[in-house]
Amino acid sequence: MSQAAPKGKRLLKLFFSMLYISAFTFGGGFVIVTFMKRKFVDELHWIDEQEMLDMTALAQSSPGAIAVNAAIQVGWKIAGFTGMLAAVLGTIIPPMVILSIISLFYQRFASNRYVALVLKGMSCGVAAVILDVSLSLGKNVIKTREWVHLVIMAAAFAATFFFRVNVIFIILASAAVGVIMALMARRGGGRQ
Amino acid sequence: MMLLQLFLSFLQIGMFSVGGGYAAIPLIQNQTVDVHAWLSATEFMDLSTIAEMTPGPIAVNAATFVGLKTAGLPGAIAATFGCILPSLILVSILAYIYRRYRELPLLQSILSALRPAVVSLILAAGLNMFLQVVFGGRNALSLAHAQWACLVLFVAAFVALRKAKASPILTMLLCGAAGLLCGMLGFM
Repeated sequence: MSQAAPKGKRLLKLFFSMLYISAFTFGGGFVIVTFMKRKFVDELHWIDEQEMLDMTALAQSSPGAIAVNAAIQVGWKIAGFTGMLAAVLGTIIPPMVILSIISLFYQRFASNRYVALVLKGMSCGVAAVILDVSLSLGKNVIKTREWVHLVIMAAAFAATFFFRVNVIFIILASAAVGVIMALMARRGGGRQ
Repeated sequence: MMLLQLFLSFLQIGMFSVGGGYAAIPLIQNQTVDVHAWLSATEFMDLSTIAEMTPGPIAVNAATFVGLKTAGLPGAIAATFGCILPSLILVSILAYIYRRYRELPLLQSILSALRPAVVSLILAAGLNMFLQVVFGGRNALSLAHAQWACLVLFVAAFVALRKAKASPILTMLLCGAAGLLCGMLGFM
């Protein structure tokens, strides 16, 4: 994390980064999380990759919108309470403004052919962004060569992609594996 | 009174929707169509479509839409504040616990088991989106139904991101422009 920049500057950067990301990310919560990873982990180096994944898991398992939850986590991490406020405001202002404008003429917007084409093109790009980020993340998991993690990754993928298991159950099951591993490690440690 | 009702309704939506947008939709429908009749069933459909087409969490979109419609700008603010308040409190507490206790072996072990699962969740979301744009869903996976223009756009974007480390938002906007162009030329 870069401590060099003064806090005011970091807050502004955080606010505008979230504003920018939130204004352009369509689709579910995982979309915005991938864009946040690119910005705060790869570009600004404010958060490390593991922590970003932890925050994603926490955001996903808490009530409320994933984007807002992730913003709260990232905000606290980067600049404490004011950081949290800046990140949340940055996240909710764009949808509020855009929806306010669109609600004035929403039927024309929703049935416009050109709007549909732009959105379709953009979703091709979004799919590429998500797959790019998830491949990088997956590669890092594989590199650790921890077989338990590989099994969790494969099982979670099968559960969500093929069997459409509710995400909450997948999170809970993985957490349970974590608890078991901790207990086994403690036992193993006691024997030595 | 209206403002308070909006606030309380969306507070419930924010509090009980665990797992993001798809969990929130039935709750939003229940509160805004069934309990309060702020929206008709058709308006709710319109709202879902717009929410899908515009950035931002569906709960925030719905709060803005319903708030504006029933009580103007103060309504939009009251409803949005209601839907994010539970997150502000709960997630802040979680963030504190995470920062304070993340070094504990038990929490370390849980988090390290969660990370690979989260990677898979993100990957699956991306794959589903890919299948949606290229094949129009996962039930019609035949090359005859493939949208070639979308596939080309996807591959171009993917290569730009991976090899050239292109900016994701720029990539996405260029894809939007390319989509418009392809459509006007009749490829999409």
